[in-house]
Amino acid sequence: MNQQVVEAIGLSYAYPDGTTALDGASFRVAPGESVAIVGGNGAGKSTLLLMMAGLLEANAGEVRIGDVSVTPGSRDFVRRTIGFVFQDADDQLFMPTVKEDVAFGPLNFGVPAEEAASLAATALDVVGASHLAERPPYHLSGGEKRAVALAGVIAMGPSVLLLDEPTAGLDPAARRRLIKLLQAFEHTRIVATHDLDFVLDVCARVLVMEGGRIVADGAPDAVFRDEPLLARCHLEAPLRWQG
Amino acid sequence: MHMADALLSPAVGGAMWVASAATLAVCARKVSARSEDRIVPLMGVLGAFVFAAQMINFAIPGTGSSGHLGGGLLLAILLGPSAAFLAIASVLTVQALFFADGGLLALGANLFNIGVLPCFVAYPLLYRPLAPAGSSRARVGIAASVAAVGGLLLGATGVVLQTVASGISSLPAGPFLALMLPIHLAIGLAEGLATAALVLFLAKARPDLLPAAPAPLRRRSLAGFAVAAALVAGVLSWFASPQPDGLEWSIARAAGMAELKAPEGGMHGSMARLQSTTALLPDYDLPASRAAAQGEAAWPEVNAGKSFAGLVGALATLGLVVAAGFALRRRR
Amino acid sequence: MSRLESALADLRLADTLAARDTGLSRLDPRAKIVTTLAFLAAVVSYERHTVVALLPFLLYPVALVSMGEVPWRWLARKLALAAPFAVLMGIANPVLDRAPLEVAHGVTMAGGWISFGSILLRFALTVTAALAVVAGTGMHALCAGLAALGTPRVFTAQLLFLWRYAFVLGGEGARMATAREARGGRGSPTLAVYGSLAGHLLLRAFERAERIHRAMLARGFDGEIRPSRALRWSSRDTVFVVGWVAFFVAARAVYLPLLLGRLLTGLGG
Repeated sequence: MNQQVVEAIGLSYAYPDGTTALDGASFRVAPGESVAIVGGNGAGKSTLLLMMAGLLEANAGEVRIGDVSVTPGSRDFVRRTIGFVFQDADDQLFMPTVKEDVAFGPLNFGVPAEEAASLAATALDVVGASHLAERPPYHLSGGEKRAVALAGVIAMGPSVLLLDEPTAGLDPAARRRLIKLLQAFEHTRIVATHDLDFVLDVCARVLVMEGGRIVADGAPDAVFRDEPLLARCHLEAPLRWQG
Repeated sequence: MHMADALLSPAVGGAMWVASAATLAVCARKVSARSEDRIVPLMGVLGAFVFAAQMINFAIPGTGSSGHLGGGLLLAILLGPSAAFLAIASVLTVQALFFADGGLLALGANLFNIGVLPCFVAYPLLYRPLAPAGSSRARVGIAASVAAVGGLLLGATGVVLQTVASGISSLPAGPFLALMLPIHLAIGLAEGLATAALVLFLAKARPDLLPAAPAPLRRRSLAGFAVAAALVAGVLSWFASPQPDGLEWSIARAAGMAELKAPEGGMHGSMARLQSTTALLPDYDLPASRAAAQGEAAWPEVNAGKSFAGLVGALATLGLVVAAGFALRRRR
Repeated sequence: MSRLESALADLRLADTLAARDTGLSRLDPRAKIVTTLAFLAAVVSYERHTVVALLPFLLYPVALVSMGEVPWRWLARKLALAAPFAVLMGIANPVLDRAPLEVAHGVTMAGGWISFGSILLRFALTVTAALAVVAGTGMHALCAGLAALGTPRVFTAQLLFLWRYAFVLGGEGARMATAREARGGRGSPTLAVYGSLAGHLLLRAFERAERIHRAMLARGFDGEIRPSRALRWSSRDTVFVVGWVAFFVAARAVYLPLLLGRLLTGLGG
């Protein structure tokens, strides 16, 4: 996997109604690193992810992948390099069957149908969802949908994965499977989440956001001990530490 | 109200299919040519919204009855007429396929009555002029109601004309229309209220989602519109032409006026002629016109042997069909 | 169960039926579409007083139902739900059309009753055939077939989107209606409540469309949805189309029940 540094430099964004979503966020993620972005509702996590994938344009600042700046002009490169797993899998799975949905990305990149089908089969195998290939997405459980959405993204062969609230709505068993899967990946992983226990299992580093800014950056074990910080950011220490 | 297969003649059903399919093709090209690909999921999801919202009833004030959204006009306001037609067409298609609303042959007529008329007549000719950009809430409400009523009355007229032109149902145009229009006035008012309620809700909650009012019609779109209007008028008048025949014919039959000659021209006549040339035993597919002309002596050449054979044959046919069904089921 | 919920359950059932592997589902969707259109054209081409001559056409829907193992009860329920319209439109015929027709020697019936019967039979034939094809094919294969037969890509994509998100939005709408009832809402909501309830559903629809669009863009969507399934036409499909169309033409041209009756009774005529 050809991996690059992902960098956010002074990202700022305000919604059309004037609400500030990002206020000068900067950080750098090394190749293969697994980084969590945590913070309360409205802290700017989702906006940040959308910007990194080039799906939302910043008012100021830029996102760089290696030497390339994320702009409309570099769209094709960005789409191939960055895979985005959305919070609500229903937004992502719209093709008639699971295998067609997973092949959607490769087909858009001009991969011939047969090769796209084999890429899809491999991706489904990776996430352990080969048995779902022929099913229509709306008959799947929440955990199955999440797995298939992930397959749809890795089928495109990205080197960076952005995941928005990947454990939201999953039952404990499905959550555990997802953790195992993400631990095994070699992709650069950037995860926006409220689930601090998940962060302890999957990420080596955590960024804490508050009011559109990054207010803490460090190892989860250290950051999650700072209780005043967590309280200020509408977070709580991981459940497993709460006796 | 949905048109149904059972009431349509192939000529009328086919003509409506051609008109609707042509509209669909033009709209598909227009939508594909749009630069923003955002419209693709938006059309799909708003179609799904209309599909769901049609099944949520609300109480019509002061009547004790309830109504629901039809959606054609709402989609036109939210998406513009071309995309709206594709969206409402998809809803009607799914309903025809999965809920047997109308049927496949009648789908062309239904697309026309429930899709083309609201999107390409009621929306541009009633809603837009009545509610130009920057209209007050009251004005938007009134415009939506007027356009919804207008669209539904046109649609109801379409159903009547298509039914009468087909000549399968005996309903004469006049009384049928007198029955349909008041019903659809009420349905149209409900549709208007629901459409207005939704547009006003959106205007308040997320005004950015309502598309900006289209720029004043340019000459080219005006020309296109004139062509469309002429087409619609042409199609409607073409259907209207056999209508007096149908009316006269029904009255004559109802009155038992045997000497009144059935119309030989028009659609019934030509269908009947086609009938007698294609059927080997035309007497058994009794052209109605001939029966009417001959009064009492209907079903010519009836004799005991033949009618007994006919009865036995009918029963045997049914038996064979049932047997074939079982055989096919077992085999698989 | 609310109307919305039962409609969704119905769609889900149709999907489940179509997912089974049956003689009907294995056929190419194009074969089924073309043959069914030919069937419809043949059935509706008959004159309004036709009843007996239409009977042989029952073979097609019956064959579809058998090949597709479509449950008769499901079919009967759908027919019953759709029937009122046909009955409503036809019931005036016996009143308006009283000219007597001799149906057998010495037996006459008002033409209106015969044409009413014809309307009901046509209704049963066309609706049963369409429902059986749908239940034995499924929305996705149907769309693939329609696209292969030249339907604009935007429209088949629209059908698929509608199908997919009818379940999502329908579920949201049903949950909102349930929540209203749970808080004591009875009967149909007033217009003000409706405007807000359906309005929120509409807002969610817009927001969902926005998210879907982003998710599509993230996977390289450029305005066109590329087909990934190839349809395979086999000799079975050719046999199906040619066989049935030949049967329709024969049934249209020759008055089969009478022929059969003569054969059985040995009476010439």
